[in-house]
Amino acid sequence: MTARIQVQREARRGGLIEVRVLIQHPMETGFRYDSLGRQTPRNVIHRFECRYSGVEVFRAAMGTGIAANPYLRFFVRAEDSGDIECRWIDQENVSGSVSARVTVTG
Amino acid sequence: MVLLALPRRVLAQPSVNPAPGIDARMLNTPQGTMQSILQGAAMRRGRVRLELPAIADDGHSVPLVVRVDSPMNDGDHVQRIDLVSEKNPVPLMATFFLRPQTGRAEVESRVRLNGSQRVTAIAQLSDGSFWFDAADVVVNESACLDGS
Repeated sequence: MTARIQVQREARRGGLIEVRVLIQHPMETGFRYDSLGRQTPRNVIHRFECRYSGVEVFRAAMGTGIAANPYLRFFVRAEDSGDIECRWIDQENVSGSVSARVTVTG
Repeated sequence: MVLLALPRRVLAQPSVNPAPGIDARMLNTPQGTMQSILQGAAMRRGRVRLELPAIADDGHSVPLVVRVDSPMNDGDHVQRIDLVSEKNPVPLMATFFLRPQTGRAEVESRVRLNGSQRVTAIAQLSDGSFWFDAADVVVNESACLDGS
């Protein structure tokens, strides 16, 4: 799975870090039929979590209501230098992750 | 396939779409979605701000921002935010779980909307109280046209 994460490289302690993640995924709803009339099985990224220095800071439970190629933007409070790591898993148990390093100053 | 570029700054259209004068009795969602979130508790309008375009050309991908007025400290923070659709086959679109370390209760994403409808964002704070905001959106081309 291709994905992108965009995070500022440096942050001030106590400040906010904006995290933007875009994942390439069809987020198949299960409501579509192919040309032979067979239902396309539902397959969405149902769980997404973000860890900052190993601690979970944000989690999303997503359903069919999230658009294909899910995009999330959220915030994390800068505490110490460390990795911001996002992981997710879809209903076919395919998982993915992206991470970015943030250096905290001050 | 080349991955799409990250979208540039927030909403394509001038957003902000307060559906004025809505209270909890005017929200109409099927299948007891709200009841299962609220578990019998009451919710009040306020503190939450849901931004959606007033008109969405393509219901397959509608940008959405939800913000909650909260200091996000250990004693007072937002625990979860639920996004509920009136007309989607699966009304609960997403649930976001936040922590004090999240720092700011603001989440942006893009949702599928099956037709023009009222979208509701419900936030549960660390004291257990529920707050919500709702926005009406006109969808020109619905998502989920097949089989739903």
